Amino acid sequence: MTNSIADIEEADCFLITGTNTTENHPVIATFVKRAVTQRGAKLILADPRNIDLARFATVWLRQKPGTDIAWINGMMHVIIEEGLADEAFISERTENFDAVKDVVKKYTPEYVETITGIPAEDLRKAARLYGQADAAAILYAMGITQHITGTDNVKSCANLAMITGNIGRPGTGVNPLRGQNNVQGACDMGCLPGTLPAYKKVTEAAERKICEEVWGVALPDKPGLTIPKIMEGARKGTVKALYVMGENPLMSDPDITHVEDALSKLDLLVVQDIFLNETAEFAHVVLPTAAWAEKEGTFTNTERRVQRIRKAVDAPGQALTDWDIIARIANRLGADWNYAEAREIMDEINKTTPSYGGITYDRIEKIGLQWPCLNPEHPGSPILHSVAFTRGKGLFSPCEHIPPAEEPDATYPFILTTGRILYQYHTATMSRRSRGLTSRTPEVFVEMNPADAQRLDISQGEKLKISSRRGSIEVFAEVNDRCDEGVVFIPFHFSEAAVNRITNPVFDPVANIPEYKVCAVNIEKAA
Amino acid sequence: MSITIDGKECTFQPGQTVYEVARENGIYIPVLCHQEQLKPVGACRVCVVEVEKARSLIASCAMPAEKGMVVWTNTDRVKTSRRLSVELLMTQGHHNCITCESSGDCVLQNLGYSLGVEHPRFPEPTEIKAIEDGNEMIARDMNKCVLCGLCVRACNEIQVNQVLDFSGRGPTASVGPAFGVLYENSECVFCGECVRVCPVGALFEKQGRFQGRAGDLEKVRTTCVYCGVGCQMDLNIKDGRIVKVTTPRSDAPPPNGGSLCIKGRFGYDFIDHPDRLTSPMIRVDGELREASWDEAVAYVADKLTKIRTKHGSDAIAGLASARCTNEENYLFQKFFRAVIGTNNIDHCARL
Repeated sequence: MTNSIADIEEADCFLITGTNTTENHPVIATFVKRAVTQRGAKLILADPRNIDLARFATVWLRQKPGTDIAWINGMMHVIIEEGLADEAFISERTENFDAVKDVVKKYTPEYVETITGIPAEDLRKAARLYGQADAAAILYAMGITQHITGTDNVKSCANLAMITGNIGRPGTGVNPLRGQNNVQGACDMGCLPGTLPAYKKVTEAAERKICEEVWGVALPDKPGLTIPKIMEGARKGTVKALYVMGENPLMSDPDITHVEDALSKLDLLVVQDIFLNETAEFAHVVLPTAAWAEKEGTFTNTERRVQRIRKAVDAPGQALTDWDIIARIANRLGADWNYAEAREIMDEINKTTPSYGGITYDRIEKIGLQWPCLNPEHPGSPILHSVAFTRGKGLFSPCEHIPPAEEPDATYPFILTTGRILYQYHTATMSRRSRGLTSRTPEVFVEMNPADAQRLDISQGEKLKISSRRGSIEVFAEVNDRCDEGVVFIPFHFSEAAVNRITNPVFDPVANIPEYKVCAVNIEKAA
Repeated sequence: MSITIDGKECTFQPGQTVYEVARENGIYIPVLCHQEQLKPVGACRVCVVEVEKARSLIASCAMPAEKGMVVWTNTDRVKTSRRLSVELLMTQGHHNCITCESSGDCVLQNLGYSLGVEHPRFPEPTEIKAIEDGNEMIARDMNKCVLCGLCVRACNEIQVNQVLDFSGRGPTASVGPAFGVLYENSECVFCGECVRVCPVGALFEKQGRFQGRAGDLEKVRTTCVYCGVGCQMDLNIKDGRIVKVTTPRSDAPPPNGGSLCIKGRFGYDFIDHPDRLTSPMIRVDGELREASWDEAVAYVADKLTKIRTKHGSDAIAGLASARCTNEENYLFQKFFRAVIGTNNIDHCARL
């Protein structure tokens, strides 16, 4: 997030899109709902599903899945046309505005309606609400990113914020809500193929230097492989060994059948986890680890706040912390690592990761600090880009609407969109082993519109076969008004009907994120 | 601007209540139906104080401070009234502290104790209601409900879930979901905010029942293991087990200010599930067999060495984890880059 969670209290207007916030970030949703009901803040919701936040929305834009660039361009069109753009901000803080202005010219609300299905008047209303607000915050999540145009979708959100000057001040910002407890931290720590800690590029000698000095070795300068490329490499035989720490690609990756094929070809698959997850079925070695309440360390949340976790109970049996296991293997391979406790690793992170330079266990004992926090005196950074952007001027990036890779046709007439639900979590290795959570949603389901159900003679709870070009799964019908006609939703938590057997393995060319939010499926009664 | 409380001159900001001014100045006024994040309603009358020139005692939690006010928090008149209120609350239902989960952390118990109310003057009602514990998360013992309305306000004002409200009048008044249905049959999403704010033992964590209570439990502050909000929570530990998850009623830290969702508050029990892995395993003849750490570490290291020698560093890849700590992820990528010699590291940030 460019801004902070507490900052939501300051917004006059929200644009919430591609996040079912009440289910996936419930506590952040409470901030939004309070702002709307108690302070009169306006809420623009753009979501294909009739999610709970729609009840609170001032205007709800129900776009056809995979058409986000079009409606965002449409909002900018109206903002420019009606003189709501922040000219001063654009000229002082940004560049390349004219390119965006040119592109959005043709995205009149009427033209956008033909692509998105959003009534032109609703789009105008939304643009005015956002454009006229003193402080407007954009909140988004995977509904924006999990498209072949994911990168352009995010750039479009940034364009919209910059055109109205809604960045760098309290209550504004472009705020991705990160889905996992430490996905922010894993990225910050350099667990990406192209970047070292603090996003230093592996390809730049000057940027590798800090780590090379502290670690005392020369580092590889060729960017590594992303998950889809790793799986492809395994299938082709160029990747021979895969070490998986606390992940479950056999549930989370697209087109699982191909992932199975990839994993079965490896010479070595190491799975390090707290449970024998689906991926471990293919493992040559399984290493038991301590869970979060069994170890010391830090997580970095969606607002870049680095916070402590603490050991409260002992790990079962011989399970060890992940860092201890890595160190044992590294030392066996000739490294000379002597970390006695997690705190000593943080001491090293302070040296190699400038944005974490001043974040020590002593300072975050009671309340976490938000990076960048460059030195022991630095107070942390609740709001980014308040004076200048990381690159100096904010760069407007013109984006054109590109349709999803797979659209419905006669054989596969429905759009399938996937995601999480309140009561389960990701690949559900933890949440399905929790009595309370499992009691709320014991079975996998497909949400579908009553009109579609009636047309196909499907009754509530009936077992259905959902097929795509990749395969099929069996799920139970949940007929309600959340999805529009022609659109269905299936959560990806359930291994017995893993929806990623049927999702489309096509990717955003820059971020390599799979298009989980749109693929074409057929629905029939299960035999 | 200032007011005088118990003879002490106290400055205040416009809009502050007498209770807030007193608290800021270290002057204790007990409260039951009031909590810092919620709008004051002045329902329980426990916080009454005497204000000079006022006709009656006033509820300090709901009374805005006004310039020149002279307030007394502990006069005989105040104490008599406060004691009467507590006696009435204590006889509103059956407050059996012996088996109550809140014993030791109960606002009513503390009030009764501090005011020395050994035997309330009023009879308890004869009816005993059954405890509702049909779901795995929130149990309700309406015998202990004092109708303070904190659960109703927390549900509507903090979480804005709009599930709980008052129903009925007089002796039949109660709190709960609409039409008296059970939590599990209502629109409740089990965030547990109502449990957090309940000042007595009426709402409690089902799975923590009879597992330990204040005094037996050690609280360990940590960060939630589920989504990226990073809620701060306290693991309540007894005999090496997590008994329940709680958050403080007041002065809770950011980012969540004490609020949680169902996963944070009730989703911790996977940790002692019998499926937990307890030993390293190596696959032999198609079967995973238990091995020692020495064997497992040697097996992995030898295989990695062989693969690197034969196919090069880039034939090895690693998936780090959005669920592990910064320290672990840092070491994982350092291992691949500095020890193996490849940048083939990724994790499920995109998934």
